[in-house]
Amino acid sequence: MKPDTAQFRENAAAAIADPRLQSALAKLPGGLVAQRRAAVTALPEFEALRDEARAIRDATLANLATHLEAFEAKATAMGSHVHWATDADEARQTISNICNTANARLVIKGKSMVTEEIGLNAYLQNSGIEVVESDLGEYIIQKRGEAPSHIIAPAIHLTEADVEADFRSYHTHLDRDRELGTPERLVAEARAVLREKFLNADVGITGANFLISETGSSIIVTNEGNGDLTQILPRIHIVVATIDKVVPTLDEAMTLLRVLARSATGQDMTAYTTLATGPRRADDLDGPTKCHIVLIDNGRTEMLASDMREALRCIRCGACMNHCPVYNAIGGHAYGWVYPGPIGAVLTPALLGITETRHLPNASTFCGACESVCPVKIPLVSLMRTWRERAHNQGPRTRGARILAKLWSAAATRPALYHLLARFAVAIAGALGRAKGRFRRLPIARGWLKHRDLPAPQGRTFQQLWKEAERGVPR
Amino acid sequence: MPAPHAGLFVTCLVDLMRPSIGFAAARLIEAAGCMVVVPDRQTCCGQPAYNSGDRATAKALALQTIRAFADCEYVVAPSGSCAAMLKVHYPRLVSGEPDLEAEARAFAAKVHELCTFLADIRPIADVPGRYDGRVTYHDACSGLRELSIKSAPRRLLAKVPGLKLAEMPEPEACCGFGGLFAEKYADISNAIVTRKTDNAATAEASLVLAGDLGCLMNMAGKLTRTGRPLACRHIAEVLAGELTDPPIGHSAVSAP
Ligand code: SF4
Repeated sequence: MKPDTAQFRENAAAAIADPRLQSALAKLPGGLVAQRRAAVTALPEFEALRDEARAIRDATLANLATHLEAFEAKATAMGSHVHWATDADEARQTISNICNTANARLVIKGKSMVTEEIGLNAYLQNSGIEVVESDLGEYIIQKRGEAPSHIIAPAIHLTEADVEADFRSYHTHLDRDRELGTPERLVAEARAVLREKFLNADVGITGANFLISETGSSIIVTNEGNGDLTQILPRIHIVVATIDKVVPTLDEAMTLLRVLARSATGQDMTAYTTLATGPRRADDLDGPTKCHIVLIDNGRTEMLASDMREALRCIRCGACMNHCPVYNAIGGHAYGWVYPGPIGAVLTPALLGITETRHLPNASTFCGACESVCPVKIPLVSLMRTWRERAHNQGPRTRGARILAKLWSAAATRPALYHLLARFAVAIAGALGRAKGRFRRLPIARGWLKHRDLPAPQGRTFQQLWKEAERGVPR
Repeated sequence: MPAPHAGLFVTCLVDLMRPSIGFAAARLIEAAGCMVVVPDRQTCCGQPAYNSGDRATAKALALQTIRAFADCEYVVAPSGSCAAMLKVHYPRLVSGEPDLEAEARAFAAKVHELCTFLADIRPIADVPGRYDGRVTYHDACSGLRELSIKSAPRRLLAKVPGLKLAEMPEPEACCGFGGLFAEKYADISNAIVTRKTDNAATAEASLVLAGDLGCLMNMAGKLTRTGRPLACRHIAEVLAGELTDPPIGHSAVSAP
């Protein structure tokens, strides 16, 4: 997916002005946010579980190479082929080679963010392979030619009415007068359409929520069961995952799944938790005959060695975006790349560089709601601030901004001068604003004044009045 | 025993925009049995620089502030966000420099946000203020999430004769201020403050209170622009009964 992060401001303004998107986003507080709250309230030990989850991730990342090697050895022993890819390009080529060697014409996919990250669908399609997304949300946006707007609910920017209209226009082979007005009917229709794809697909590609070293398995969690069919029905299964997905033991993975489901959708457990461990064995009733696992670095090793390491704890639950006031206002597409919301504001600069992405960590109120819900306690605000420091060190966006900031810091670090300047500025502004008590228009603060008034100062500084009071001057 | 010296960290916004909050805070700190001092070597806590990525300026301001309050037993700030800067972030700004870190930690231990100070550190039995009417309270983000300020302001408001607290929906939701964010990402900030003021309005109160002037200016500016009959004041003004100045963003003539 081609990044559009530099246009963040324009994209955000367009998103805010889009009533259809706004009505879709309005469902978040009563939806995923409320569901998480209920689940967390129902589990008194949730806080302790968060600490446990964080510790598991930290310990794994501290010895990532060892756990990855153990995973490779076990997965290979279980009959999987493990491939390593240093970047997106290598990953695409590896996957494409597997498909070509198998003469694949049709690939069916489960939901996977990393395949969005590496732009897999377009690559395979360009080489003549049909790619069909099987997750309902992904299916919808694939048909629309859109990117996911949320990491667990890719079509959250759409309303049911949007989806119904889309289905009527895509599925023209079906009865025009059919009932389609409920989520159940939409799901049933997508299932029926996808069934045929499942049965004819040569290759199934899934992501992995976790990779288990001790068993050589990959785990996916879904609520539709599409992931199961994707990895069971086609003759070849390809697991695509970044290297940070590895977890040493099944036990530890279970702890992570407990916080993952609750944080993501408020479920105790997702409807389907599916482990895949190598290809079909002689007495298995179904399963692929070949199983490949593509482990992608694409910037993770660098992150691991940097001050962004903590972001690698992420288990992609989406809670940080659900609770983010900025995400709630603009949705996911405005962020301009694969990962939106607070984790996107940290991850995207790490993967694409800060120059083109500097808006993302800057466009935050630092309210901290994301951190307060993150199941693995990633200090998202601190990490965004670190990116702001990098951006700041690269130089200011405009000369005006640079001069103002310099003047302010020169004054603020010289208290006597500062208090003198403050008295002047406040006296003038106070006099100008006295009648109304606020400003509607000024030659400065245009952004602020576009949408709200600026309260006027009372006219004298506190320092000045306090000194006078100490000398006995009445206020 | 002589009254302990409590240094008032005025905050730059209160100093410049609304000194009446500073006087209200001073009155309350005195009511808590302290002697208020106002060091004039203080300016701003440094957050605008810190959150813009200018760590060097933020650090200079941190050291300036720490030293300005060297002689105080307590440092009290009428702002959760500035108090969190002093208490939580100053030690981080000098981490890796053991001497400075020790100094910053010792300083941080003295710092308290005003409501926490009055409710828990030097608890006051009664408050000077009185207010006949309904108010609603906005939990400003930094204070809430970095300093766990949630019940202290409510316990203090419960002591104000005549006052009825009516909670708004989502009191913990951000108001969209975010310092320079409100200017730099004005449209997004507007979407957030619109939701906030819509929520505040449903409480059918006459006043929105909060412990941070930045958030209050943001909400007040939105409320006056949209012509809503809902005024904003700092919680210290109500607790101290310093209500002669018109509410934020209003003049003696325009008060709602
Ligand atoms: S950063 Fe935390 S809250 Fe956000 S998606 Fe990752 S694990 Fe979930």
